[in-house]
Amino acid sequence: MLGLVVVLAFIALAVFAPWVSPMDPVATSWSAIRKAPSAQHWFGTDEIGRDVLSRVIWGTRASLLAGVVSVSISLLIGVPIGMAAGFRGGWVDAVISRITDAFLACPFLILAIALAAFLGPSLTNAMVAIGVSAAPIFVRLTRGQVLGVKVEDYVEAARAVGNPPLRIALRHILPNVTAPLMVQSTLAIAAAVIAEASLSFLGLGQQPPAPSWGSMLNTAKNFIDNAPWMAIWPGIAIFLLVLSFNLLGDGLRDALDPRG
Amino acid sequence: MFDFLLRRLAQLIPTLVLVSMLIFGLQQLLPGDPAKILAGEEQDPAVVEYLHKKLHLDEPLPVRYAYWVGGVLRGDLGESVRNQQPVLTLVAQKLPVTLQLAVMAMAIALAIGIPAGIVSAVGRGTAWDWGANVFALWGISTPNFWLGILLILLFAVNLGWLPASGYVSPFEDLGANLKAMIMPAFVLGNAIAAVLMRHTRSAMLQVLSADYVRTARAKGLSERTVVLKHALRNALTPVITLGALELGTLLSGAVLTEQVFTIPGFGKLIVDAVFNRDYAVVQGVVLVTATAYMLLNLLADLAYFAVNPRLRH
Repeated sequence: MLGLVVVLAFIALAVFAPWVSPMDPVATSWSAIRKAPSAQHWFGTDEIGRDVLSRVIWGTRASLLAGVVSVSISLLIGVPIGMAAGFRGGWVDAVISRITDAFLACPFLILAIALAAFLGPSLTNAMVAIGVSAAPIFVRLTRGQVLGVKVEDYVEAARAVGNPPLRIALRHILPNVTAPLMVQSTLAIAAAVIAEASLSFLGLGQQPPAPSWGSMLNTAKNFIDNAPWMAIWPGIAIFLLVLSFNLLGDGLRDALDPRG
Repeated sequence: MFDFLLRRLAQLIPTLVLVSMLIFGLQQLLPGDPAKILAGEEQDPAVVEYLHKKLHLDEPLPVRYAYWVGGVLRGDLGESVRNQQPVLTLVAQKLPVTLQLAVMAMAIALAIGIPAGIVSAVGRGTAWDWGANVFALWGISTPNFWLGILLILLFAVNLGWLPASGYVSPFEDLGANLKAMIMPAFVLGNAIAAVLMRHTRSAMLQVLSADYVRTARAKGLSERTVVLKHALRNALTPVITLGALELGTLLSGAVLTEQVFTIPGFGKLIVDAVFNRDYAVVQGVVLVTATAYMLLNLLADLAYFAVNPRLRH
């Protein structure tokens, strides 16, 4: 529950950023460089006088967008392919499983970095890179679930009354594999938020001056000895958002799978 | 055991071939003529021409792949466009640094994660359990580059106990080396400790309710013996397999950790290569990482085999 509340709060923050944010997140001020937190700037200012609070608020957009869009890409790629592998079996399954193994053999973030590097640095490409890199997990999960469900009596019954395969897959199998996919998606959003922050931290995500938590931390690292507040707040924001998605995922798992 | 090893090695080969195709395929993502991009900002026509020939860019894709993979099999991963060194040499130079970081991180992860998992399972529902779970959630949810920055702030900037960044070879000065590596190793180990704790906890909970544990207790063995000798040994098998998956996290995490602490390892090599548009190095590092990851998983399978006598027959 707590996870859900915090996630909703972050969504509200992202949607209402223009109204909630006290200042323009990209407006620089040469008279307010690296100012400590004060009544005027609650979270302090950065190396070119931008308001850290406003940048953290606007940064919510990049992080949430990256989390949701990347996981949607993973689902769009992973679920149909996993369904095909599990449902068709045979050589289709063998080919898909070997390709999935190959993708899974590359550590997730390293694959995402390589993809983002070849695609070029931008938030959109980072989301594509994260989504593609995480897709094999969904292929494997969907395949496993479909293998379990397709031998159930109701699927046999649907087949016996002459339903075409596509209809069986979409109407009878898919609805019964969504619960674990929902849990995995929620946890994957948490991982995608960290991955986007990581790519932005490395300079491969959101490009300056647009605010993103990862790139704020990258800059903050250089001013750690005289402006530590620059590093504290974006980090807390990532931590809270990721924590709440993790809590939400754990909660969903407990709710949807009483055996777990 | 030997059959098992052979079978697992045979399974590795098709995966490795596909991984090599995947990595080679990355090049296709570059917009436009790769030779022009590889030739750098000046795009000297002579260099572009040379690269075209060298990379066989006028040949069809499968032929180019064959050339590339042929080189890889001979140990030729290409050449860095930045400093004209063979990619393999660069990788070999950086590998020991990352290896040390990874081994230290794994040691820290095991030293924290497994005891925390045991304590939490044995004391299920107590404050210890709650504390261990909070630790696990914290570990999973904290981006390690942020934790790195916070530790630098505390131990380097405020307390002045440890260096903020940099690397000293252990052969030069072991003390200075450990001082420089302890923070990055902790940062990297922390997240893995959290995952190991969760796996250990759930495996222990399962094992602690098994019949043989009840029998051991009924025999009047001390709780300590029951937990450590009878339960833990059996609980560790799934932890090894699941823990092996974390080796990927370890390799990925090393990229960020090395960046934060300016450690000249593998991770720094790939990031620098990305920014220098040194694509051969990026491909080489990904290929070596994927191969290493697969081999480490194979080792984990063998360890699983070794601790589980039932599998030997």
